[in-house]
Amino acid sequence: MEILYLLIPLSVVLVFLIGLVFWWSLRSGQYDDLEGPGYRVLMDDDRPDSSGPPERRAAPENGGERPRN
Amino acid sequence: MDNPSTYNYKVVRQFAVMTVVWGIVGMLVGVIIAAQLVWPELNLAEWLGYGRLRPLHTNAVIFAFGGCALFATSYYVVQRTCHTALFSPGLAAFTFWGWQLVIVLAAVTLPLGITTSKEYAELEWPIDILITLVWVAYAVVFFGTIMKRKVPHIYVANWFYGGFILTVALLHLVNSCAIPVTLTKSYSCYAGVQDAMVQWWYGHNAVGFFLTAGFLGMMYYFVPKQAGRPVYSYRLSVVHFWALIFTYMWAGPHHLHYTALPDWTQSVGMIFSLVLLAPSWGGMINGIMTMSGAWHKLRDDPILKFLITSLSFYGMSTFEGPMMSIKTVNALSHYTDWTVGHVHSGALGWVAFISIGSIYYLIPRLFGKEQMYSIKLMTAHFWIATIGVVLYIASMWIAGVMQGLMWRATNPDGTLTYAFVESVKATYPYWAIRFLGGLMFLTGMLLMAWNIWKTVAGAKAYDAPVLAPAGQHA
Repeated sequence: MEILYLLIPLSVVLVFLIGLVFWWSLRSGQYDDLEGPGYRVLMDDDRPDSSGPPERRAAPENGGERPRN
Repeated sequence: MDNPSTYNYKVVRQFAVMTVVWGIVGMLVGVIIAAQLVWPELNLAEWLGYGRLRPLHTNAVIFAFGGCALFATSYYVVQRTCHTALFSPGLAAFTFWGWQLVIVLAAVTLPLGITTSKEYAELEWPIDILITLVWVAYAVVFFGTIMKRKVPHIYVANWFYGGFILTVALLHLVNSCAIPVTLTKSYSCYAGVQDAMVQWWYGHNAVGFFLTAGFLGMMYYFVPKQAGRPVYSYRLSVVHFWALIFTYMWAGPHHLHYTALPDWTQSVGMIFSLVLLAPSWGGMINGIMTMSGAWHKLRDDPILKFLITSLSFYGMSTFEGPMMSIKTVNALSHYTDWTVGHVHSGALGWVAFISIGSIYYLIPRLFGKEQMYSIKLMTAHFWIATIGVVLYIASMWIAGVMQGLMWRATNPDGTLTYAFVESVKATYPYWAIRFLGGLMFLTGMLLMAWNIWKTVAGAKAYDAPVLAPAGQHA
């Protein structure tokens, strides 16, 4: 099983590299706020009708609760 | 790099449309080979035989359908969450045309019988080199966009996409190592059981990173967006990512139980497979619980139906997988149709459903429409596809367990109770049900194509303006 002399060191190096990235992500403050990022994704309105040219900006139907297809 | 005022939706559009096209092609080939098992007369010519069409089916659904879905969604998500257009539009265009060329070359070479015979890596060396070039370009575009992000935080979906891109690069390079003899023939760098070990180290990690990590990136963006709720626990999503990345790499040997592979290596593979249940179910619960407080939306929103059902299939197949990796269970399930059922529970139920939901979310946004042409057709697609998957996996469960029991049955004098051909004969009805399930799934895809055609026809391509991050200018 000589192949394990390639595959196991490869995995060990990889885990070490992943560890480095993990360490960087902790040190650089990626996880200082573990609530906000979940909400910030929702604050990005990607519907074409609300950010597009005015002629596409139709009035919201059924009392403002637009179906998010 | 200049900073364009609109997001690069062009490449997203191209990949999104091709996802549906290749989905139909790949699933059609799947239905054909399912029919060939029921009616062997359908093996009409050598290049239309089961043996050549089967790798075409797997390559088409995994790399053409799944690959295009991953390209489309990752390019969309990375731009929207980083609040910046794609890095290097030229390279992004290259990834689209390069990937389509890879797919077309696969569709030509595999039926001609040009193959390395390594499962899920059948393409010969010139195509492998092209894949490498496209993949490097993909990594440059994706990580380049991350580098020029306008927000300090990198959203969790991008971590999953990034992990998928880097790992697939490594897997492809190690597994595809080969010595070319002619333009269309090469020999693997590894031999015998060494080759088998590399093959399944690659094969299972392809499942883990191509078919899981990438699609989890999709899940962590599109489920919250469509539900209009933040992910249930952002903290858990971060734990999910790191736990999956740190523990995945060694599950592969469970594909080689009771072979020439050393016993301890098989056991290591089994243990790592069992460990994987924890992060998988953590992520599944995190995704489904995102719906808490918004469950009523499931009633009339087919996109959410697709996304949430995909998570339940993800939960089912990540429970079934570790269970099948247990040696004593594997002794029954290995080489039977149970494995085929398990793969399709993941591939149709999880991968295809999450992709279909995400593409339905994307299409109107990419063409400046408020919503898809017909919500009813989407709901019909959902039910037809769901019944199709259930028929498929239930028939394969029954067929698989039956085959396993027939193969191991012995008479009191030690001889085998059944000849192999008797198990084949007994499986026919289940293959017929599987064919029906697959046909239903394909029908759903055709409804999707029609619906998209009606949505897009007459619509103009739409590129959304780059938005400043929320809170930055409040």
